[in-house]
Amino acid sequence: MTRRHLLETIAAGLTGAVEAPISLEAAQHVHNAAEQEKRASGRYTPKFLNEHEYRTVQRLAELIVPADDVSGSAVDAGAPEFIDLLCSGSQELGDIYSGGLLWLDSLMLRRYANTFLDATPKQQTGIMDELGAAARSKDAPGELAPGLRFFDWVLKMTVDAFYTSPIGIKDIGFQGNGVKSEYIVPAEAIEYALKRSPLWKS
Amino acid sequence: MPQSQRDAEVFDVVVIGSGAGGGTVAHVLTRMGIRVALLEAGPMLHPAQDFLEHKWPYEYGHRGAGDGGASYFGRGKPFGFFSTTSGGWELEGEPYTLGEGTKFRWFRSRIIGGRTNHYGRMSFRFSDYDFQPHSRDGLGTDWPITYEDIAPYYDKAEAFIGIAGSREGIRSAPDGVFLPPPPPKAHEVLIKKASEKLGIPCIPNRRAVITKNLNGRPACHYCGQCERGCITASNYSSSQVQIFPALKTGKLKIFELAMAREVLLDETGKASAVSYIDKRTRREKRIRGRVIVLAASACESARLLLNSRSSRFPDGLANSSGLVGRYLMDTVGLALGGYVPALEGMPRYDTDGYGGAHLYMPWFGLGKERELGFPRGYHIEIGGGYDMPSVGSFHGMIRRHGYGKKLKESIRREYGAFVAFAGRGEMIPNHLSYCEIDPKVVDKWGIPVLRFHFRWSDYELKQARHMQQTFAAIIETMGGRVTGTFARADDSVPISVPGEIIHEVGTARMGTSAKNSVLNGYCQAHDVKNLFVVDGASFVSNPDKNPTLTINALAWRASDYMAEEMRKGNL
Repeated sequence: MTRRHLLETIAAGLTGAVEAPISLEAAQHVHNAAEQEKRASGRYTPKFLNEHEYRTVQRLAELIVPADDVSGSAVDAGAPEFIDLLCSGSQELGDIYSGGLLWLDSLMLRRYANTFLDATPKQQTGIMDELGAAARSKDAPGELAPGLRFFDWVLKMTVDAFYTSPIGIKDIGFQGNGVKSEYIVPAEAIEYALKRSPLWKS
Repeated sequence: MPQSQRDAEVFDVVVIGSGAGGGTVAHVLTRMGIRVALLEAGPMLHPAQDFLEHKWPYEYGHRGAGDGGASYFGRGKPFGFFSTTSGGWELEGEPYTLGEGTKFRWFRSRIIGGRTNHYGRMSFRFSDYDFQPHSRDGLGTDWPITYEDIAPYYDKAEAFIGIAGSREGIRSAPDGVFLPPPPPKAHEVLIKKASEKLGIPCIPNRRAVITKNLNGRPACHYCGQCERGCITASNYSSSQVQIFPALKTGKLKIFELAMAREVLLDETGKASAVSYIDKRTRREKRIRGRVIVLAASACESARLLLNSRSSRFPDGLANSSGLVGRYLMDTVGLALGGYVPALEGMPRYDTDGYGGAHLYMPWFGLGKERELGFPRGYHIEIGGGYDMPSVGSFHGMIRRHGYGKKLKESIRREYGAFVAFAGRGEMIPNHLSYCEIDPKVVDKWGIPVLRFHFRWSDYELKQARHMQQTFAAIIETMGGRVTGTFARADDSVPISVPGEIIHEVGTARMGTSAKNSVLNGYCQAHDVKNLFVVDGASFVSNPDKNPTLTINALAWRASDYMAEEMRKGNL
């Protein structure tokens, strides 16, 4: 049962056309349904990016948020699908990605005679390090400046996709979005923060 | 207007607008058996279908960025995809214009419940001294009513709406009728200790959220998502708490998608009807009432009055004083963020709570205004905790930490270690801040639009600077560092853009006579006895207390007076 269906069922159970508050139990059901209603996993077919572009975005996503001991990568979290879907709904965004990816490949071809995708991992991270440094510097080198806008977009959208996924939410330990009859703050959290602060003795 | 259609029925009271003022009037009057027609420029609200409470970002392919990534481009809903707002800073086909040199932003909702569906629900009583600002320091104008006049109506409004809070005995924050407050969160305990070290009281927040069952509404379930709309109606919105119950009485009739254009007079000079545009048919209609109540929001109500011109009132209805639209005020806003290393790596817990902060700081400088160098006070709202990750949550960390494993580790360490402080201060009304009809522009309904003029004075700028220094001191006392200022009118002046705090009030002020004001102390027009204005327009000053609760109380008081005058045959 989907959340929408549940809400409709609850709404239908209310008397007449007048809206009324629903019970805590019903809210709990809605919450549980939301948890269960994760997107069905299946192979995603890109709607906007071509195969080379999509694979390049996958590689970028894997480098931006790589898998580690705690959690999977941005690819596992669906970042390439997210980027492709949004590009398919916005000419402006689509242009940023198609133009940015072509710019990146032309730079890589010029430097290494290979596209980003076919370059070595060291060459790939090398250019990303350079782009990252250029983004933070006041006057970016002329060779890199045209690609900084794209780099910013792919970074922020990849990170967004990762941390809004179940994998990312678990990674940072978000505990909320629940239904509770009482709100409690654990004493150990307060003590932890106080002890580490200059206010401990006051 | 010979072509306009007439509704044959004459209602006891016709109310324009369904926010805090209109909702309160509809609730109070229908409970007495009085027949009310409620006009709303937007559609009906359907919480069960409309609200996105409890949804996760990953339930959407766009993760909450909106179709085509709208939020990345600053488009989409102003408070995000999941928020329940209907409306925004710009409404398609319904422009407003700005006088030269003016920055002003006007947030309008078009839906049953208006802005109460999404507002912050901070619920602070005005203090005794707030009603006599001129007597206190020679600035602004005194109200025609006192704290004692309004206190019984604060009691009624609080008891009915439900406010969680605590009794503290602080003059700048009068106590009310409270439900138990939730406990402070860990970062708030730190903030409280830091504040108190600096001599700033930090007390349980006062929000219109019920922590016990009330009037058939279940208590808060602590998901912290008030801004998305609450499917259990555990927070206050005029739609769910006042208008839906009023509909059940059978005494309320709602006219949705009805854009009020003008208040019409009969031959004796009494208000007799409202002409409005039915948005579905784009035809002008009329609705008749024995009493007409404007509750369209301070600026919309001023617009309605100014657009209601007749031979009797050539400068706008009830405007013999010339003060309709004048003395427009907003709240002074400034926010500062900080990073607090003591919070790094704290054992994770659920910080959602009852939505918004569990503590706040009432004005702490009462009586010290002379040495502070600015005349009026402000309160401090606080932020922090482990928010649900959303599109944009970690963009700041990307800028500092780049990409890769280092970024992941940094986000784990820094998540939840940020705090924020927002000042909400009193502005002194001034003659350079007002709205008027733009003589050259109409909206898509054919109704002349407002043109805004606004200036912050030195009083407000000094106050905002003091906010900035105070917040920095609190952050540093916590062992943190300031990360940045939010809310800048431009790069050089740290203060909110006028209108941005969405506390616009004062455009049809109340007073002792038609010479110095538009309304009397009961929100009744001096010039037209059966005309009332019950939104923020009646405010004579705009204290550092968010206006909604006072709108509720004044509208309740006006309703009781209206009912009694109707019973006596005076209206």
